[in-house]
Amino acid sequence: MKLLEVKNLKTYFNISSGQVKAVDDVSFDLDYGESLGLVGESGCGKTTSALSIVQLLPKEGKIYGGEILLEGVDLAKLSDSEMQRYRWNEISLVFQGAMNALNPVQRIGKQISEAIVLHHQLGNEEALKKAGDILELVEIPRERLMNYPHEFSGGMKQRVMIAMALACNPKIIIGDEPTTALDVMVQAQILNLIEKLRKEFKMGFILITHDLSILAETCDKIAIMYAGKIVEMAEAEELFSNPVHPYTKKLISCFPDMKGERKIKEGIPGTPPNMIDLPGGCHFAPRCEHATDRCKQETPCIIEVKKKHYVSCHNWEVINNEQ
Amino acid sequence: MNNNIIEVKNLKVYFKLKNVFSKGGKKVVKAVDGVSFEIKRGEILSLVGESGSGKTTTGKALLQLVESEYDILKFQDEEIVLDKKGLKEFRQKAQMIYQDPYQSLNPRQQILDIVLEPLKVNKLVDNEAEGLKLAKEALEQAGLKPGEDYFYRYPYELSGGQRQRVVIASSMIMKPKFVVADEPVSMLDASIRTGILKLMLELKDKNDLAYLFITHDLSLAWLISDRIAIMYLGKIMEIGEADTIVNCGAHPYTKALMNVMPKPGIKRKGLRDVLEGEVPNPTEIYRGCKFCNRCSMAKKICFEVEPEMKKIGNDHFAACHMIEDSAERKIHECI
Repeated sequence: MKLLEVKNLKTYFNISSGQVKAVDDVSFDLDYGESLGLVGESGCGKTTSALSIVQLLPKEGKIYGGEILLEGVDLAKLSDSEMQRYRWNEISLVFQGAMNALNPVQRIGKQISEAIVLHHQLGNEEALKKAGDILELVEIPRERLMNYPHEFSGGMKQRVMIAMALACNPKIIIGDEPTTALDVMVQAQILNLIEKLRKEFKMGFILITHDLSILAETCDKIAIMYAGKIVEMAEAEELFSNPVHPYTKKLISCFPDMKGERKIKEGIPGTPPNMIDLPGGCHFAPRCEHATDRCKQETPCIIEVKKKHYVSCHNWEVINNEQ
Repeated sequence: MNNNIIEVKNLKVYFKLKNVFSKGGKKVVKAVDGVSFEIKRGEILSLVGESGSGKTTTGKALLQLVESEYDILKFQDEEIVLDKKGLKEFRQKAQMIYQDPYQSLNPRQQILDIVLEPLKVNKLVDNEAEGLKLAKEALEQAGLKPGEDYFYRYPYELSGGQRQRVVIASSMIMKPKFVVADEPVSMLDASIRTGILKLMLELKDKNDLAYLFITHDLSLAWLISDRIAIMYLGKIMEIGEADTIVNCGAHPYTKALMNVMPKPGIKRKGLRDVLEGEVPNPTEIYRGCKFCNRCSMAKKICFEVEPEMKKIGNDHFAACHMIEDSAERKIHECI
């Protein structure tokens, strides 16, 4: 049995101007100790997918279909109070802006132990002791439990956030742009730390980011999202060496490769679609140079084009043969 | 005449910190501490460094937006006159593009007003018809076509990429010779990014512009600039041609940065080689090299004497005690 299986997940938002299909028919799975990267531009549904898994959607959002199986248990069918047992115990989240996610007027120790007290029915003192252990795990001395968030640097705050996510020994950690606001050196420190912990505890890790370049070295497999759908999914090396979907190809070329030629590549014409009024057929068709009439009318299904390499494009064979 | 747009020697920006709880002993943050470089006509120099290294402050100091000290600050080979008239003239020719197009545009102004504001402030346009013509030109030059379609829209109606184009249009309407671009694409999605970068390069070629491009992303700096300067704690550690810095950077800090840069598509073997510790507190006073406490090559001298900038190759300078001996050999290896 897989650790996590997401099958045909549909999460829509009902807002005054219409329905936004933020996540539309998305499927992926995650094994023990495996890491999955979800990439895409802003508004493509990466974060919504993560929030759907832990059921922390804002009130406008609702799961309209699909299953989220954590070791066989469908999280989408659980009630709020049942879900509470899974959150932090089994799945935890590391949010983007560590600076804003911590409570500025509460000591770090108190904030970390809060989850432990809630989930493990431990006394305050024991919980604080455990919080100290976890803090040491993320390479911060335990004396700093009594510090306030403003006494930490940005990178340390992000490590505190990771410590909080680890507090109840979860099986899955979801990192929603965990290094986006940080410098390259601090980013490398954080990614190193996550990698080390993942191997040590055999945790599943989902990394959500818009930065394709950090994924190859961090994740085992990568799913590319566009306008609420996964357009391509493959193992990291395969995805970078043999991208099939036109969007993936363009996206990869947008990131400068310091070993290659020094030239600004073409980029992707047009802008990401308006999520309320999505183009019919394949959502990428208006920006795609290979688009045919069929692309504008018929939504492509995701198919396995090679072993463990999934693509959702009508013309993948034509495009591939051209190369 | 040596064709420099900007030349600066020994630029220093110190911020005094007020401590309301204790009297005396004011702390000083040396945000920029003795920076020298020059930018030639039509050249792009990138300033790369971590947050707090003084990149943005350097850019602002060049445009006289923060108080600074310097030995020389020349614009088009002439000292900048610091009276009201001199500054006004200088600022017409030197513009800035800010990072965040979501915050740098006034949400209650229409695009036309935003684009025309610099002309109005400088009283360079007297009748409305001429203003409309110039605004249309500027917007279309920035890739917003047809320009008049955007005149009466508000920033919230535009996407991030379009907003950044408006920002560029409003700084280009003054026909500047020098532009400080402070992380102009870091808030934009990857697919939009290339469009903006292309636009900036296109405008450079057309108008013979020089850019100071401020970024924390070394790969981006390499992609677009002629030369790169690596900053750390208010000092330039190494400066040289983009390819030289990336392929044979000599300073230990440059090497460390290169080492942690993610390489797209390549699986990393083992963990990343990260520097120990954090960037030190800029209020403390150091004697030696600013990088010494995180440097793996540091010897006794590094903790005592601050290294001077020295030439280590063709148009390639670095401030480090430890690269003296091997420098000549290094350059050979690189070529």
